[in-house]
Amino acid sequence: MVKRRVMFTFPPELIKEPIIYNLGQQFKVVTNIRRADVNGDRGWVVLELEGESKDIENGIAWVMSRGVRVDPVVGDIVEG
Amino acid sequence: MSYATALRCRKCGREYPLEPLNLCDFCFSPLEISYDYKRMAKAVSQEKISGGPPNMWRYKDLLPVDGDVVDIGTGFTPLVKADNLGRELVLDHLYIKNDCLNPTYSFKDRVVSVAITKAREFGFDIVACASTGNLAASVAAHAAKANMKSYVFIPSDVERGKLVGIAIYNPVLVMVEGSYDDVNRLCSQLAQRYNWGFININLRPYYAEGSKTLGYEVAEQLGWCAPDCVVAPAGSGLLFTRIWKSLDELSMLGLIGPVNTHMYLTQAAGCSPIVNAFQSGALHVHPVKPNTIAKSIAIGNPADGYYALRVARQCGGGACAITDEELVEGMKLLAETEGIFAEAAGGVVIAGLKKLVASGVIKRNELTVAFITGAGLKTQEAVAEVVHPFVIKPTLESFEEVAGNQA
Ligand SMILES: Cc1ncc(COP(=O)(O)O)c(C=O)c1O
Ligand SMILES: [Zn+2]
Repeated sequence: MVKRRVMFTFPPELIKEPIIYNLGQQFKVVTNIRRADVNGDRGWVVLELEGESKDIENGIAWVMSRGVRVDPVVGDIVEG
Repeated sequence: MSYATALRCRKCGREYPLEPLNLCDFCFSPLEISYDYKRMAKAVSQEKISGGPPNMWRYKDLLPVDGDVVDIGTGFTPLVKADNLGRELVLDHLYIKNDCLNPTYSFKDRVVSVAITKAREFGFDIVACASTGNLAASVAAHAAKANMKSYVFIPSDVERGKLVGIAIYNPVLVMVEGSYDDVNRLCSQLAQRYNWGFININLRPYYAEGSKTLGYEVAEQLGWCAPDCVVAPAGSGLLFTRIWKSLDELSMLGLIGPVNTHMYLTQAAGCSPIVNAFQSGALHVHPVKPNTIAKSIAIGNPADGYYALRVARQCGGGACAITDEELVEGMKLLAETEGIFAEAAGGVVIAGLKKLVASGVIKRNELTVAFITGAGLKTQEAVAEVVHPFVIKPTLESFEEVAGNQA
């Protein structure tokens, strides 16, 4: 089991979809939300994912394929 | 011993011991160093600082380091009165903080000097970073000085000119095939897997403090006072927050008077998530995909964007985005008026300054400091079009044919 801290940023059209719920259900990933801000047209969620490495990878790939932006919680690591 | 007391979560206030740690375990927000300012105030004075070494370590009492420092001669760079540029922009008291003049030609030497000093204190044998240039060169140079091994990860599209300035210090240079996002993802995994001192990850709270020396120097060089206006670039936003913090601290310590500085943040329009948030009135910074020639500040998901945004708002400052064309003009303007060749990030600052003055946001009589954070030789491609020499035969006639008789 591994843990991964990530930030999801949702575009307006995905705000109403239960993406995090489905991530948990379909990929056997435990989702633990730490911080979030969702308003009418945009939203982001900072959360920890726990599960088998493979499941987490597949889950993240699926979330991205839905159109959600996935970033490391620490922000961009590559700097100038 | 330093006056640092703990790492403190900027969001929820939870405290952690002074270890290599950058995120609050509880809310995943960034950690920041807390100090015992009461004790620090008793130890520092204008005289003591002015009598210190002519580099950033004259402010050692205000930094979170305990023993010997890893120093390659960073800081106390010139604060130049920029009368020519001031005349051009119609600004009576303009200064340029020229941080091109650091050992690896950018302000990153300040942050890295603190980070590598801490890495050694914490007992790391290996330090690492991911960078498109400036940070990489600085980490490799400081690791060389500290006799440490360094791993430097760079995206495969880094300009060749920058590679030499990194490789010469002999780090383990790893070029990652894939996008900028791929490099980010990889490094976040590496940081979890290896017990390395990752300069801008687990050492980030310490790294951050190095930027404060830029603000300390400016205040000292102005005769111990804070400027009316600051114009600075923002990538991750960290530098911007630390210039503000530095002035705030000096005031708290009684070394300068009350601070009424307006802080103006500049980004390239092709990557301006913080400026977007400022202008739209948003509370949070939404990530963007970078697309600009100002690569050193092209950070789509800025780690300290939220805090930089707050500083700009809190102090009655502002934010300004600059197109690639405008930033090239900014680079040329600074070079032609003040003899200072800045990299693209500096072009953003000068073009931003010009806009802020033209629109009346910065007033003619306000003492303004523009922060030039990296040297132009690193991003020569941006202004390659300036090269169009007269080509002549080695004869007087040939010269006078193109230039006219100059006698
Ligand atoms: C020359 C230059 N200026 C400004 C910055 C921005 O610094 P920060 O990420 O602290 O906002 C960087 C680094 O990323 C840089 O290399
Ligand atoms: Zn916290």
